[in-house]
Amino acid sequence: MSEVIVVTSGKGGVGKTTTTANVGTGLAKLGYKVVLIDTDIGLRNLDVVMGLENRIVYNLVDVIEGQCRLQQALIKDKRNENLYLLPSAQTRDKTSVSPEQINALVEELRKDFDFIFLDCPAGIEQGFKNAIAGAERALIVTNPEVSAIRDADRIIGLLEANGIKKIDLIVNRIKMEMVEEGNMLSIDDVVELLAINVIGIVPDDKNIVISTNKGEPLVGNDTLPGKAYENICHRIVGEEIPFLDLSVNKGFFAKIGSLFKRN
Amino acid sequence: MSLFDVVFKKKSSAEDAKNRLKFLLVSDRTDCSPEIMEAIKNDIIAVISKYMDIDSDGLDIQITQTESETSDGTVPALYANIPIRDMKHGSTK
Repeated sequence: MSEVIVVTSGKGGVGKTTTTANVGTGLAKLGYKVVLIDTDIGLRNLDVVMGLENRIVYNLVDVIEGQCRLQQALIKDKRNENLYLLPSAQTRDKTSVSPEQINALVEELRKDFDFIFLDCPAGIEQGFKNAIAGAERALIVTNPEVSAIRDADRIIGLLEANGIKKIDLIVNRIKMEMVEEGNMLSIDDVVELLAINVIGIVPDDKNIVISTNKGEPLVGNDTLPGKAYENICHRIVGEEIPFLDLSVNKGFFAKIGSLFKRN
Repeated sequence: MSLFDVVFKKKSSAEDAKNRLKFLLVSDRTDCSPEIMEAIKNDIIAVISKYMDIDSDGLDIQITQTESETSDGTVPALYANIPIRDMKHGSTK
């Protein structure tokens, strides 16, 4: 049985594409057959984050318009043979495809894949409607700040109105030192505001930038975000994994306190 | 938070963010824009002023969440705090 998951946020720049690349790669590493669809027509990015930009021959719009077969447009990942990318078109716009067409495409992909990820564009217009059309599950990516939380709340409402009931939240780019000094919303604050299940907490980390520079998702490697993404993958398939301890505890009193604390 | 902030009870910016978002999300969810709230407020003032002398500057209305009486979960509720200056006794004009 395959699962179709849309990765969305409302607000731009919160980490949807990075999340799609890492969670997709992580699930493929666990042995599942995964396809990632970049639905951001006109602003193609998932290909560069995956490091596959030089292998594109056909794209999503070509498949929809019948210029090529679906199999011809799917790009196999460099490192993982379970993982495929269907890139977006760079020189077209969101009106080039309809929700019905995406839905039909997703149905065809279900035959061959365990997980189908739709990387959604920012906003709530046509591109968003296209991306959620075929999905039965959603991962909402947000950052612990007012505009991203507000947009996430709006997205939750729109997903529910469209019959998507399985919705989980990924809190991305959290800076624990700021949370501890009271200058950033905590996970508890976010949960209280949005009343939704948190499936992942990813710290703000320079390794994300380094991994994007290289075009190699960092899921599973020995960094905090690498572990955080790996844990998200396990939770997506239903395992219960405790959240990473991201606390920084740099203060004098915290250090004294930690001497008495058993882990 | 530093000792200084704790001693002088400086409100953290995260707390500001949370409080602002609480009201913002409720008004977003109920589709109640500040313009609509202003219109409701003015209508309430007009109606109540027929019977009572109210302090229209001190009047505060908000959409909040409250426990539902009929089902589980919360429902939006209109909360109004209307300070009364004086009852207009006998003035049933």
